[in-house]
Amino acid sequence: MQTKELEKKAVEIRKKTLKMIFEAKAGHLGGTMSMADILVTLFYGRMNHDPKNPRMRTRDRFILSKGHSVESYYNVLADMGYFDPKELEQFSRYGSRLIGHPNNKVPGIEVCSGALGHGLSCGVGMALGCRMDGLSSYIYVMMGDGELAEGSVWEAAMAAAHYGLDHLVGIVDRNMLQISGTTEEVMRLENLAEKWEAFGWKVAEIDGNRIEDIRKVLDKLPLEKGKPNLILAHTVKAKGICFAENIAKWHHGVPNEEQYAEALKALEEEERRLKE
Amino acid sequence: MSEIRKEAACRNAFTQELLKQAREDKRIIALTSDATGSVSLGDFSRELPGQFVEVGIAEQNLVGISAGLASTGKKPFACGPASFLAARSFEQVKVDVAYSGMNVKLIGVSGGVSYGALGESHYSVQDLASMRAIANMTVLLPADAVQTAALTRELVSFEGPVYMRMGRGKVPCVYEGREHFEIGKAYCLKEGTDLTLIAAGEMVDKVREAARELEEAGIKARVLDMFTIKPLDEEAVIRAARETGAILTVEEHSVCGGLGGAVAQTAAEHCPVPMRILGLPSEVLVGGSSGEIHRHYGLCPSNIVKEAKKLVERK
Repeated sequence: MQTKELEKKAVEIRKKTLKMIFEAKAGHLGGTMSMADILVTLFYGRMNHDPKNPRMRTRDRFILSKGHSVESYYNVLADMGYFDPKELEQFSRYGSRLIGHPNNKVPGIEVCSGALGHGLSCGVGMALGCRMDGLSSYIYVMMGDGELAEGSVWEAAMAAAHYGLDHLVGIVDRNMLQISGTTEEVMRLENLAEKWEAFGWKVAEIDGNRIEDIRKVLDKLPLEKGKPNLILAHTVKAKGICFAENIAKWHHGVPNEEQYAEALKALEEEERRLKE
Repeated sequence: MSEIRKEAACRNAFTQELLKQAREDKRIIALTSDATGSVSLGDFSRELPGQFVEVGIAEQNLVGISAGLASTGKKPFACGPASFLAARSFEQVKVDVAYSGMNVKLIGVSGGVSYGALGESHYSVQDLASMRAIANMTVLLPADAVQTAALTRELVSFEGPVYMRMGRGKVPCVYEGREHFEIGKAYCLKEGTDLTLIAAGEMVDKVREAARELEEAGIKARVLDMFTIKPLDEEAVIRAARETGAILTVEEHSVCGGLGGAVAQTAAEHCPVPMRILGLPSEVLVGGSSGEIHRHYGLCPSNIVKEAKKLVERK
């Protein structure tokens, strides 16, 4: 897909995700929207994967380490054909496999997540395993910025650099907010780029809500031979949901009917604009 | 006169067998958290460096990386001191390994109070209880080097997450010449009708000795090696309760939720009989050599005999 198509797809995924959260009366609106453009660019524009053969040996792999942002991820997987989109109506319902954090019983999901700080270690293991098998697969690990307070992230960061895993791509959804407030108030992260560099990663900073920027950085992988890649993606929490953008309390939360209608209207306008 | 007994350390038996298996099966990967020495992985790391991953002192990462490797079709064996492996990486075991259904083998060495005078921080006396509480986990505690090697062979073809704990020092050989043990089945070392002694790990040898002393006193004790703590061989426990009417368990673990807890749960539900659970109290433990600690808390043949006699009287 070209940039324009990806932009349209991102709006479509946001609309579907918003609808799913509104109807299920459950979800983490903020983080699932801030990462939506990266998710769409990866799955529709970059990754080598096959929804009809989710376990394809040569596939690139994606791990949603910030598991609470699962809503747009489920929508991307359903839209691509990993499972029937009708199943999205079961999100968060009794007995459903589409629970509130990634569950690898759902086709396309590699590993269960939800406890923060685990994904990068799993990614290191996948990158090592693929390299042992002579595969050139890329492993993408999407992390939240608040998540980086977990010490285990830095254990994995050290190991990735130690083993020179240049097919491992860490992505930080740097939306500056976490459940209790700004990341800098809760537990200071800056200077984040320098931290990752000091751990031996090659860092690229991008606007994580600009698909053109995302494409460009992904086209440059590996950013430096022999170093793991860190994409520090500056994003807006709840991007595209007008009433919730950049407000910490929308880390999770369900819009009321009025808010839903307002946000949907704004997304439809964006859709029309992109068609012009 | 006491017989001359062979002695060997379980951890050496594990690594020698793993190395043997890994020469044939390139999917086997040994990982460790700066514990090449304490796990005895030196030979493995030198001979098969491409199947060896050092992660440094980072147990959470050890288990997470193992889960990732398993998802690419490898057979990772994550090895480290039981105290750190089971406690520090508990959440990774729960989510990345067990919940995700990854084929990871967790190998805890120097378990129980093996580290002796190094103290409480190095003891792992909660690991059986915590690992047992995780869905999908199989929990093993071999009695000697022979059984350790046999179970290691089993683990190579066994699908699914397993925690296997072993001690540090040399232990007497219980099973010389045996090749095979079935995971999930207790091994009956001695038949008996007056009570059943159930143990696992290093305690198996001690209950065997206690059973011999009891025999001399006219008490016929059945001896079960419950090397699979989970899934528990419930049938063997129920049969022991029905046929012998009393059960005494012995474990190098807290009395909270380990072997004794598992056996008592089954007995209470299916055939309640008088029971006694010998293990380590839920308190900060005394320091000393592992043998001294065992004796301090009555994990020795003489006390097992004493407790067994009292238990038989309660029938």
